[in-house]
Amino acid sequence: MIYFDNSATTKPYDEVVNAFVKISTQFFANPSSLHNLGGQVEELIKQARLQIANLLHVKASEIFFTSGGTEGNNLAIKGTALQYSNRGKHIIMSDIEHASVYETGEQLKSLGFKITYLPVDQNGQVNVKDLEAAITDETILVSIMHVNNEIGTIQPIEEIGKILKNYPKILFHVDHVQGFGKVPLDLYEAHIDLCTISAHKFHGLKGNGLLFKREGVRISPLLTGGSQEGKLRSGTENTGGIVTMAKAMRMIEEKRHEKGEELLRIRDYLMEQIGHIPQIQVNTNPTVSAPHILNFSAIGLRGEVIVHALEKEKVYVSTTSACSSKQTKLSRTLLAAGVPENVAEGAVRISLSYENTMDEAKAFIQTLQQVLQSLNIVMRDSK
Amino acid sequence: MKYDRILIRYGELSTKGRNRKHFITHLKRNIREVLKEFKDIHIQGGHDRMYILLNGEDSNPIIQKLSTVFGIQSFSLAVRSERNLQDIQQVGLSLVKQIFKPGNTFKVTTRRGDKSFEYDTNDINHAVGGHILQNIEDIKVDVKNPDINLLVDVRPDAIYLPCDIIQGAGGLPVGSSGKAMLMLSGGIDSPVAGYLTMKRGVQIEAVHFQSPPYTSERAKQKTIDLAKKISAYSGYVKMHFVPFTKIQETIRKHIPEGYTMTATRRMMLRITDEIRRKNDGLAIVTGESLGQVASQTLESMLAINDVTVTPILRPLISMDKLEIIDIAKKIDTFEISSLPYEDCCTIFTPPSPKTRPKLSKIQYYESDFDFGPLLEEAVNNVETIIVNNEDSIENEEFADLL
Repeated sequence: MIYFDNSATTKPYDEVVNAFVKISTQFFANPSSLHNLGGQVEELIKQARLQIANLLHVKASEIFFTSGGTEGNNLAIKGTALQYSNRGKHIIMSDIEHASVYETGEQLKSLGFKITYLPVDQNGQVNVKDLEAAITDETILVSIMHVNNEIGTIQPIEEIGKILKNYPKILFHVDHVQGFGKVPLDLYEAHIDLCTISAHKFHGLKGNGLLFKREGVRISPLLTGGSQEGKLRSGTENTGGIVTMAKAMRMIEEKRHEKGEELLRIRDYLMEQIGHIPQIQVNTNPTVSAPHILNFSAIGLRGEVIVHALEKEKVYVSTTSACSSKQTKLSRTLLAAGVPENVAEGAVRISLSYENTMDEAKAFIQTLQQVLQSLNIVMRDSK
Repeated sequence: MKYDRILIRYGELSTKGRNRKHFITHLKRNIREVLKEFKDIHIQGGHDRMYILLNGEDSNPIIQKLSTVFGIQSFSLAVRSERNLQDIQQVGLSLVKQIFKPGNTFKVTTRRGDKSFEYDTNDINHAVGGHILQNIEDIKVDVKNPDINLLVDVRPDAIYLPCDIIQGAGGLPVGSSGKAMLMLSGGIDSPVAGYLTMKRGVQIEAVHFQSPPYTSERAKQKTIDLAKKISAYSGYVKMHFVPFTKIQETIRKHIPEGYTMTATRRMMLRITDEIRRKNDGLAIVTGESLGQVASQTLESMLAINDVTVTPILRPLISMDKLEIIDIAKKIDTFEISSLPYEDCCTIFTPPSPKTRPKLSKIQYYESDFDFGPLLEEAVNNVETIIVNNEDSIENEEFADLL
């Protein structure tokens, strides 16, 4: 099996699964319980929070556990909207945000907010000047992703942060779900107020993630109740998810140092080989992209067909993002980057992890060539 | 060219004449303790400067840790250059090139700590400035308000080119003024009192009283977390946990309600004093602030202080609560202190403790019962641990899970 769909989700590390079992059987108590079983769990979660804070170079009190990327993005955006709607009702995003940001914008629109979606250039990058021009007195939030989930483009987060530093009343949220563990981001340096991370994108378990909220920033909770997570996110802590997320974060950062260059080499190899296939257009510009995402289109074929043809060979890739690939509509990101509809239709995304090898990449290229060849014969015959 | 060392300028201790060596020894020891996780660094303590050779270690976390060490006035990342103009020009140029952006202005500021160097300040400024002007296009000199200020520090052994000057924590090196016992309750005040005392060079050992089952393990953990925070200023903090249940129960039984608080504080002080004696401490530190609560009136202090002649340091005595909270936030103890666990001071509190207890009365009430053996038992059963500022995971079972 060749699993090249790591931006959809990753396989949890064995260590993560084992630790989860141990935590679920030994540290099952509610950390809010007064007795020492609860106290122990509370301490365990505290240690996990501290480890995560150290890995992100922020304070432990700035980490808030959530159920994942979608919740983190919703909490950051709606939480800001609820908290500051009296200050203004304008929010700036980009055209290529993940659905959990974009659709949250759409929902807020129906509640009377104004959303500006910034356009992107052919590489899929927003222009910092466009952003500055979009700011009004009413603007309360800018939400821009770090690494795009469909084509891998890295956005100029530090530059945006520098500009927003001059607007103390505008909060800056970054969807870092695809970036963490792959493209380093200094949250303080980039003047980020809110940042979303999701555990299952780096070999943690599904159903947990975190929101970084800079000290002093206030947003409204979406889930109220037992006052957990500093009242920002009530609900009994998912101890196993939280602790294994801390573990996976530590492990992925170690792997990034060990295998970061190898990952780039594999990506560059794939890029080069795929670029040589005549019928293919590469949609990812490697000079401005994360090292693990590569998007290409087989012109004249639908991406879906390639996904299914490859799956027969036990090779797993995606069309666009997993979350929207079940819908038949075309990739919002590709269209925003100016890719014509007939090309966008053929889009396929390869997404790597540090677990992937050069041998897999070589085997993949062979399989892809075979698959394309046989598909082309069929397509020609049908004409 | 990379910054390869950190240059440390001493604080007040520069003026301390004969004690200088003593201070430098303590400062060096404290810096080594705080930076012990960085295996490759080398610390050189000189008469008026200290240098940390990075030997390839990342400077950012080191800078962060140094900013909390008392006895440092300021510090800078620096590059060493040989004592000749050519080398200074070369190093200076490469440093400016690293941060130069088109349109930037610069100036060179030379300080000649060693007057025997053959070139004077102006010579060096001109030579280095001229070299930079020739080799970087679009750069201009602005001596009043430059974007880049290149510092050149001429010392007897070499010439150093430091980057920005980073403010240190000031104060005196912890330990250079001796040792004291801090009564650490878990509230907002006592960690702040500990911090301020450390700032004046005192090594702190924390004493905490526990009364299970009236107090919980979480209250203990809370004080450990607080001690960890203030250990950032000294590398580590020794903690003494005193089993106090029996004494509190006995006080409740034998002392009239209005005076239980006074008696409790007197017993705590006696025990702390005994721990101090055993550990060669010279004073006791408390977080008392005048008039804040019933035990912190002058009458109360007189009645409580009666049990010892050991100096009691009360660095917060004249501070308002808000001033104390500001410092607690600065040293990052406020949030931990605000966690709602009961400590020994809040259990058994009578509805209206005497705010003006009389010394003669408390002496009389206590004479009714011999607390001596109980106090001795408590002191003998003290649990002592050492906590340090490393964020390591103490619990091995946890280490496996994380």
